[in-house]
Amino acid sequence: MKQTGTNLVKRGMAEMQKGGVIMDVINAEQAKIAEAAGAVAVMALERVPSDIRKAGGVARMADPRIVEEVMGAVSIPVMAKARIGHIVEARVLEAMGVDYIDESEVLTPADEEYHLLKSDYTVPFVCGCRDLGEAARRIGEGAAMLRTKGEPGTGNIVEAVRHIRKVNAQVRKVVGMTEDELMTEAKLLGAPFELLREIKRLGRLPVVNFAAGGVATPADAALMMELGADGVFVGSGIFKSENPEKFARAIVEATTHYKDYKLIAEISKELGLPMKGIDIAQLGQNERMQERGW
Amino acid sequence: MKRIGVLALQGAVREHVQMLETLGCEAVEVKQKQDLVKLDALVLPGGESTTMRKLLDCSDLLEPIKELAQQGLPMFGTCAGLILLANTLVNDEPHLAVMDVTVARNSYGRQVDSFEVKLDIPKIGAEIPAVFIRAPHIETVGKNVEILAEYEGRIILVQDDHLLGCSFHPELTSDIRILEYFVVSMV
Repeated sequence: MKQTGTNLVKRGMAEMQKGGVIMDVINAEQAKIAEAAGAVAVMALERVPSDIRKAGGVARMADPRIVEEVMGAVSIPVMAKARIGHIVEARVLEAMGVDYIDESEVLTPADEEYHLLKSDYTVPFVCGCRDLGEAARRIGEGAAMLRTKGEPGTGNIVEAVRHIRKVNAQVRKVVGMTEDELMTEAKLLGAPFELLREIKRLGRLPVVNFAAGGVATPADAALMMELGADGVFVGSGIFKSENPEKFARAIVEATTHYKDYKLIAEISKELGLPMKGIDIAQLGQNERMQERGW
Repeated sequence: MKRIGVLALQGAVREHVQMLETLGCEAVEVKQKQDLVKLDALVLPGGESTTMRKLLDCSDLLEPIKELAQQGLPMFGTCAGLILLANTLVNDEPHLAVMDVTVARNSYGRQVDSFEVKLDIPKIGAEIPAVFIRAPHIETVGKNVEILAEYEGRIILVQDDHLLGCSFHPELTSDIRILEYFVVSMV
């Protein structure tokens, strides 16, 4: 019997994205540039994270017209963001047929206590995480893909490095633990016990984990792969750079060939200016998007 | 020991590597031309076909793989891999263009329409789990192509001499029978 929306189908979709780059786009034209550069998917948004920062106010789901326009422009998968806990934004995006929903801290949370019960949906979800506890809670709610949060819209890789290192170190710790130590670890992490058992059995997370939040250059993307990310999200880094086409192509190549340093040198030549970055220390606590969600 | 390459530019590489190792093969990740030497076969995994094509061009792999296919190296393409192998694509230019089939991309709809199902494939086995993710299907086949499986009236698994192609993802399940068929009967 034919079944849609199963864990295998939702997680499997993310497996097909591995080793790839998912790019933020705000219209059909940018989506086509991303596709031509070799993006494995695009994230349709009203504004890229750095512009969300500048604009201030409440950031919501994009105008469905923009999402529709992007879906009509490319044949690669199209993702879109819903606010944390916003059941209706998520259902609207699902009804429109987007391929993946990002329950994202880049938008202003709709619910400060509860995330979406993502297992209820046919469409798969990707969620942000900063440590294994957060990752495991999201998987427990039904996320079929994760991305470490980093600090979106900053063009600064430091938080992305912190988060991918943290998650992977905690995964290694769980894998190395004995079975009888896992319940205490589950309590400490605030993680579902059965999920830690699964991680121990598999030797890795049961879903694909990309890196996000601060990738601005080909070397940044390669660094995320080196640190064990399955792929990379690039938000403002492409279309806030001086030459989006070249940056997009170079970041795609660097992600695939992340250990080929001569090649990365070659493709990084004369790219023009990357997006202007922000020092994390200059961000106030309430400007740190990564603190949203729990 | 059979030495089988897995095109490792993007996509479900790990899954194919693990399955090949389960079957007692040596799996070689192929990222550049040098990796293509002394292979007994090549697997083209699932992923995004447009991305893989772009990376095949960047890495100068398209022509070498095409030549190997024309010289008779056994190849197995799943989903995006099938799209790469096809001679003709509906509404698109072909890539390797070595397998005598016409393939339509994303022909089951968007991700919400992706599905899993169990298939009976006479030549291979019964109740084989198949995962279709934004899957393509095979519209027509050349006269020497053997149709191994159809689902809901659409062709989804074919063999063209030394080339095997399917529109779904056997690598996402723990059922090794389709890959085993390739490794044992075709390599």
